[in-house]
Amino acid sequence: MLAREVLEELVQVLGRENVLTEQEDLLTYAYDATAAMKHHKPDVVVAPLSTEQVADVVKIALRHHVPIYPRGSGTNLSGGTIPIEGGIVLSMLNLNKILEVDQDNLTATVQPGVIIQALNDEAGKYGLLYPPDPGTVTTATMGGSVSECSGGLRGLKYGVTKHYIMGLQLVLANGEVIRWGGKTVKNVTGYDLVALFTGAEGTLGIITEIIVKLIPAPEARKSILAVFDDIDKAGRAIAAIIRNKVIPATLEILDNATIQTVENFVHAGLPMDAEAVLLCEVDGYKEVVQREAVLVERILQEEGAVQVKIAKDDKERDLLWLARRSALPALAQKRPTTVLEDATVPRSKIPDMLKAIRRIATKYSLQIATFGHAGDGNLHPTILTDERELEEMKRVHLAVDEIFETAIALGGTLSGEHGIGIAKMKYLDLEFGEAGVAALRRIKEAMDPNYLLNPWKMVRRD
Amino acid sequence: MSVYDSLDSITEELHKCMKCGNCMAVCPIYKETRKEVGVARGKISLAEYILSGEAEMTKGMGDRFSLCTTCMACNTNCPCGVRFDKIILAARAEAVRKKGLHPVKKIAFTALKMQRVFNFGMKAGSIFQGVALKNVPNRHSKLARMRVDVGIGKEKVFPMLSKKTLRSEFPDVITIKNPKMRVGFFTGCMINYFYTDIGRAVIEVLRENDIEVVIPKSQACCGIPASVNGDVASARTLAKRNLRAFERMGADALVVACSSGGTAWKHVYGELLENDHELKALADKWAKKSYDISEFLIHQVPFKKEGLGRVARKVTYHEPCHLNRGQGISKEPREILKSIPGVELIEMKEPGRCCGMAGSFSLVHPNLSGQISDRKTADIQTTNTDTVATGCPACRLQLQSGVENAEFDREVLHTVQILAESYRAGKEELKRSK
Repeated sequence: MLAREVLEELVQVLGRENVLTEQEDLLTYAYDATAAMKHHKPDVVVAPLSTEQVADVVKIALRHHVPIYPRGSGTNLSGGTIPIEGGIVLSMLNLNKILEVDQDNLTATVQPGVIIQALNDEAGKYGLLYPPDPGTVTTATMGGSVSECSGGLRGLKYGVTKHYIMGLQLVLANGEVIRWGGKTVKNVTGYDLVALFTGAEGTLGIITEIIVKLIPAPEARKSILAVFDDIDKAGRAIAAIIRNKVIPATLEILDNATIQTVENFVHAGLPMDAEAVLLCEVDGYKEVVQREAVLVERILQEEGAVQVKIAKDDKERDLLWLARRSALPALAQKRPTTVLEDATVPRSKIPDMLKAIRRIATKYSLQIATFGHAGDGNLHPTILTDERELEEMKRVHLAVDEIFETAIALGGTLSGEHGIGIAKMKYLDLEFGEAGVAALRRIKEAMDPNYLLNPWKMVRRD
Repeated sequence: MSVYDSLDSITEELHKCMKCGNCMAVCPIYKETRKEVGVARGKISLAEYILSGEAEMTKGMGDRFSLCTTCMACNTNCPCGVRFDKIILAARAEAVRKKGLHPVKKIAFTALKMQRVFNFGMKAGSIFQGVALKNVPNRHSKLARMRVDVGIGKEKVFPMLSKKTLRSEFPDVITIKNPKMRVGFFTGCMINYFYTDIGRAVIEVLRENDIEVVIPKSQACCGIPASVNGDVASARTLAKRNLRAFERMGADALVVACSSGGTAWKHVYGELLENDHELKALADKWAKKSYDISEFLIHQVPFKKEGLGRVARKVTYHEPCHLNRGQGISKEPREILKSIPGVELIEMKEPGRCCGMAGSFSLVHPNLSGQISDRKTADIQTTNTDTVATGCPACRLQLQSGVENAEFDREVLHTVQILAESYRAGKEELKRSK
C-alpha cells in the first residue's frame, strides 16, 4: 500500500480525475496481452497530461521510493507493463497528440499515447508512410512501440521501429527532462541515446515525445502466393529470392499445422497437405513492381513450388492475405491459451528452425503451429494450450526453453520483436553470457540507480 | 444455463479472451475515456477476478459494468470470437442479484411492468411535460430540453410525448380487403409514446402492400431495458406478457421497427424463458417469424415498387448497432432507400459506429453518451445531405439531439417513414396525371 501522502501529492499534481485509486480500476492494470503470466495490481494509476506532469510524478516516486510502470495500451507480449511490485502505473494515453507532420524534412513529431494507425492515417494524407506495422497497429501506442522496438510484416525491406526513430524527449529517473536527436539525418553528437532508449522497455527513462522518420508511400504493390510440398524447398526459395536481389516488402511463411487450422477456419483455398505456404509482396514504383513480381513468380517455380498465384487486383490480394491474417485468430480459437513466441534466426536457417520446432512439439506432445516473417527470420511458433492444465503447462515451459536454446544455437536471438520483459529475462545469459548480463545491469544502474523505472523487467537484480 | 441466471454461465466465454486488446480499436467508450475499465478486456478481467474469488461484486463493480453501450463492435473485432454482449449481460445480472438494482431503475422497470399505471403516467406526462421540458424550435419535429438538470444533464434534446399513443390511435386489427398476409406489429414504447409517426408509417406501408395489421393492445415494453440492466425478473414478466398478447391474436409474422424490440423477439425471449418448456417453445415459434420492418419488406413481402413517387432527399444512413451487428441487417434499409426515386444515398464515415444512446446508458452516463454522439454528429455534418435515416427510434432520438445541439439542419427519420412518404408522393403524382 502507498502512503497517503504519496496519493495526495499525485492528486495535487494531476488532479483527482487523472489519479485512479479504486480497486475496480486498479485491477484492470494488473495484466497486459502476455499469455499465462501472473498478474499484479498496482497501488495507483496516473494519467499525466504533459511532460512536466510526468517529471513531477517521477520526482514524487523518487522521494518516496515507489516504482513506476509506464504503460501505453498494454498490448505487449512479454509482460513488459505488468506492475510486478505494485506502485504507480503511468498511463501515457492522455498524451495522444500528433504535434506535426513535416513534409520538407519527412518527419512527424508525436506524443507517446498516439496510436500507430492514427499516425499512419495522418501521414497518409501527405502521401507519406510510417513503415513499422506490428500486428497491433490499430491498438498499440507509439510510446509502447518505441519502447519495445516493435517489428511487423514489413521488416525485411523497411526495417523495424528503431530504424525510424530520430529524436526523443525523455524524463530521466531523477525527474530531469532531456531531448536527444532531432530532425537531422546525420547526428553524432554524444552517445546515441535515441538508439539506447528505443527498445529499452521503459527501464531507463520515460519517453514523452518522439520524432519519427517518414517515407514516401509506395505507389504500387503486388502479392504472390506459393505452395510447397517440402519445407526445405520453401526455405531455398526464400534464399533464392533475396539472392536474385529482390527485397520484397513482406515475405511470410505458414507451416502445415497453421495451414490446416486456417483452412478449416476461413476456407482460403489452401491445399491441406501443403508443407508450407509462402506469401510475398513487392512494392514500389509501378514498373519496378511489375518486373519484380514476374521475377519472384519465376524463382518460386524454379525452386519447386507446386502452385504459384499472383493477385490480379486488390480483391484477389485480400484473398491471398486472408490466410495470413487469419493465422493467429484461427489458432487462438482452437485452445483457450495461446503462447506466441518470437525466437528469430538468420533467414537461411528458417528450414532448420521449422524442423526443430516440429521435433520439439512431438517431444513434449504439444500442438505447435508456426507462421511468421520468413523474410527476416522472425518466426512465431505458437503453442496452443490451456493454462488451467497444469501438467501440460509444465511441458509448455520446457518446450519454450528448448525453442530458445535452438534459436541461439542456430545463430539467432531470443526475441525478434516482442521484447524481454518478465517473460524472457531468465534466458538472457544464454545469448549474452554472464558478462553481457552484467553490462546490461551496469547501464541500467547508471541511468536508474534506484530501480524505479519498470523494475524486474529485462534486467535481473541480484 | 443462460447468461441471465449465473455468472458461471460465461466461464468458457471469458476463457476465450486472450487479452490481446483488439477491442480497444473499436470501443466507443474507450475512445473517449482511454481507461482500461471502459473496454471489453478490462471488464472481462473484472468478471474473471470475481469468478476466481479474487475480487467481490461490489457496487463499484456494478458501476464499471454499466460502462458499455452493448454496441457489439468488440464482438466483431475479436480474433478469438468472444461474445462480449453475453458477458456484460451476465455480469450485470450478477450485480443486480448481489447488490440490487439502482433505485431509479427499480422504479422505472416496475412502472414498465405495470402497463396501466405506465399508460396513465405517460398520458399525464403528455399533458404536463411542459412543466419539466421547454420546447426547442425545430422545423421537423416537436423537440424539447429539460428545464432543470435532474442528473441527466440539460444537453439532451427529447421528442415530446405524443398527445395520443399509437396503440390508442388504431384498433387491434386494421382490416383490409383481400389481405395477402396478417402481420402483428410490435410497437415498442418509443414508437407508442413518442415517435408515433414511425408507427403510422409502418402501418401505412404494410397496408399499401395489402397486409392486415394486428396491434394487440395488451402488448408491453419489450423488456430489453430491464434485461440489459440485469433486472431479469422484470424482463421475464414482460417477455411472457408480449408472447401471450401476440399468441392470442395470431399472425403470420411479427414486425418490429425498433432494433431493441427486434433483438428481444429474435434472441432474448428464448434465452430468458429457457427454463420454462411451454413458454420457451412459444418464444422459439415467434422468434422464427419475427422480422425487422426493412428485412420484412425486402425478403418476405417483397414490397411493391410500382406506386413509389419521387422524394427529393439526400440521405445518409446510420446503422443501429442492434440492427446491424445484432441482427445482421445492414443492406436491407439501404436497398429500400435506393429503390425510392429521387433519394440519393450518401454514406457517412463509419456508419456502423455506435451513436452512444444505448437506452438508459445515456441517462446514467450523460456526458460520455454526449461525447460519443459528438463524433457521430460530426460524421453526419461532413456528408452533403439533408436527411439522416436510421432503423431505430432510440438512435433517432440521439441523432436528433446531436444535430440539434450542433445547430445544423438535418431531418432524422426512420427508413420506413421515407418509404411511406414515397408511396404518398406516388399517389399525388397519380392524382395529378389524371
